[in-house]
Amino acid sequence: MITPFQVAYKNLLRKKVRTLLTLVGITLSTWVLVSLFGFNRGYEKALNRDIENMGYQLMVMAKGCPYEAATMMLQGGTGLRYMDQSMVNDIIKEAEVDKITPILMQAFFDPNKGESGGIAGYFGVDPATYPAMKPFFRFRSGGWFHDNSAPEVVMGYEAAELEQREVGDMTLVPEKNVQLKVVGILERTGTQDDGTIFVPLKTLQRIAGIDKITTIGIKVKKDADITKLENKLYQLKDVQVVSFSQVKQTIMKLISTARVMVLSIAIVAILIAMAGVVNTVLMSVLERLQEIGILKTMGAMPGDIFRLVWTETLILCSIGGIAGIGFAFLFARATDLLMRRILPYAPSGGLVAIDGKLALLTLGSIITTGLLSGLYPAWKAGRVRPLESIRRDG
Amino acid sequence: MTIESNVLLEARGLTRVYHRGSEKIQAVDGVSLTIRRGEFVSFMGPSGSGKTTLVNLLGCLDNPSAGELDIAGRNIFGGGKILGERDLTRVRRELFGYIFQNFYLIPTLTVRENVALPLAFYRKPGVETEVERLLAMLGMEHRMEHLPEQISGGEMQRVAIARALVNRPEILLADEPTGNLDSKRSGEIGEILKDLNRNAGLTIVMVSHNPELARLGGRLVEMRDGQAYET
Repeated sequence: MITPFQVAYKNLLRKKVRTLLTLVGITLSTWVLVSLFGFNRGYEKALNRDIENMGYQLMVMAKGCPYEAATMMLQGGTGLRYMDQSMVNDIIKEAEVDKITPILMQAFFDPNKGESGGIAGYFGVDPATYPAMKPFFRFRSGGWFHDNSAPEVVMGYEAAELEQREVGDMTLVPEKNVQLKVVGILERTGTQDDGTIFVPLKTLQRIAGIDKITTIGIKVKKDADITKLENKLYQLKDVQVVSFSQVKQTIMKLISTARVMVLSIAIVAILIAMAGVVNTVLMSVLERLQEIGILKTMGAMPGDIFRLVWTETLILCSIGGIAGIGFAFLFARATDLLMRRILPYAPSGGLVAIDGKLALLTLGSIITTGLLSGLYPAWKAGRVRPLESIRRDG
Repeated sequence: MTIESNVLLEARGLTRVYHRGSEKIQAVDGVSLTIRRGEFVSFMGPSGSGKTTLVNLLGCLDNPSAGELDIAGRNIFGGGKILGERDLTRVRRELFGYIFQNFYLIPTLTVRENVALPLAFYRKPGVETEVERLLAMLGMEHRMEHLPEQISGGEMQRVAIARALVNRPEILLADEPTGNLDSKRSGEIGEILKDLNRNAGLTIVMVSHNPELARLGGRLVEMRDGQAYET
C-alpha cells in the first residue's frame, strides 16, 4: 500500500532541478538564520566572558574618549592618557571598594612582528594587587614576578607561542632595547590575556620613562552600590569612570549596525526562500490539476489534497532546514572568522554559539514559515473540481 | 429479486444548462433513464450532443440544473439540492470507478502504487488484496514494479482500469476509454470491459465515439441535442 506521504515525496521527484533549487534556497536561508541567531547569542556571551575575565567591574582612567578607552581596555592599544598613581590611594578609601590595582598600558613598535612590523602591547601590573583580580589565571610554567621592579615578564599563552619563549628565556622590549627575563607563561584563557605580555608596573614605568599609570581597575565589594561609587569617582579631577556594563552597552551599540545588516540579509533570504517554496509548490499544483481532479474522483477529499500538497511543503522545508543547520554547524568556524573581519570589535572566544536547542528552534521556525507559505497552493489544490480539471485537459 | 430491486441508477428529467455570456446552452435536456445492476450501457453521439455531460451527471462529477437522480436506492440529486464537493466526493468514492481517455497515471509511482493510490484516501473493508488480484486479472502482474513510462498505452489503460476497480465500485464509468489507443489496443480494452461486465457482473456506463466498442454493451443510447434515445 502507498501512503499520502510517499505520494507527496514522489511528486517532488518529478521536477528534480526545480525541487533542488528550492531546497538550496531553504538551505541557504536556514544557514544564514542559524548563524545569525548563533552569532547573536555567541557575541554577547563572548563579550560577557571577556568582561568577567577583566577581573574588575570598574575602570578609572584619564579623561578622553570613553569608547576608545573601552575598546582599548579590551583589545589593547595605544594613545591612552596618563594619571597620577596617587589616585589609587584616594580611591581605595571608598567603602565600596574591595580590591584595586593600578595598570600602565604601553605599546612599542616591533619591526620584526608580522611582515611589515606591528605593535607589541605591554601591561604594567602590580604583582601585589593584580593577581588577586585574576584568580582564574593558571601558569603553564613558572609564576608571577618576584617584585614590582624586577626585570621580568609573564607571557600570555599565545604571546609565548608566537615568540617561542620558555621560562628562563630572555625577551627584548622593542624600541627600548631592554632585555627582560620570562618568569612565567600562562595557560590558555581564551581571552585577550593570551596575547598580553605582563611586566611589573615599576619596571614598565622605568622602561617607558614615565611614573604615571593609564588605568585603575576596581573590584567592588559584594552587594555594594556600584552606581554610588561611580558617582563618587566622577568627583575626582580629570578622570572618567567606565563601568563594564557601560562598556558592554557601548560595544553592543557599535555592532548593532552589523547585527541589523545581517538580520536584514537573513529576512530577505527567508523571504526569497519562501517565495521559492510558494513558486515550486504552486507550479507543481498547476501542472497537476488534472491529476488532482482524478485523485478526487478516486475519493480524495479536499482536506486530503490540502494535506498532500502541504506535506510536499513540509518535506521541502524539513530537508532544506536540516541541511542548512548542518552547514551552519559545519561552517561555524568560517562564519566566526568572517564576522571578525566585518565587525568593529570582536571579543575573544567563539562568536557563533550554535547548539541543539537553537537548531531545533530555527528548524521549527523554518517549517512553520514554510507551512504558512504552502497554505495558498494547498488551499488552491484542495479546491480543484474534478470536472473542471478533466475539461481543462480537453 | 424483482426487476425494481435491480435498478441501480434512475434519472428523472435530468437537465444541465450552461451559460456562456448571454447565451444559454442546454447540454442535457430532461433525460430520464434507468440502469439496472450488471448492465453495460454505451452512450454514442456526435460532438456537442451532450453525452459526456450526461455521463458526468450520472457519475456525480457535476450537479444538474434540474431533475432527480437515485443511485443504489439513495436520492443523490433532487428537490433542487446542490451537493458540495465534499458530498459529491463521498458519493463518488462509495459508488463509482472512473476511467478516462487520458490515463492520468502518476509518472513517479509504479504500476502497483498507481493502482493502490485510491486506497491512500479511502478504503472499503476487505480490499487489501485487490491490487495484486486486479493486476493479475488484467495480465499486468509482470509489470507491477514498472513506471508508467515503461509500459505501453494499452497497458496504461489496464492499470487505470485496475485503479478504478480497486475499491470495488458499483458502477464503472468510462469516458472514451480507447480514445488514445490504436485499434488493436482498443479491441483489447473493449474485451476487458466486456469480461468485467459479463463475468464479474460489473455495471458499466461508457461514452464512446467508436461504434464497435459501443456495440460491446448490451444497451446503446444515442444522444442528440441533449436528449437520449434508446436504439
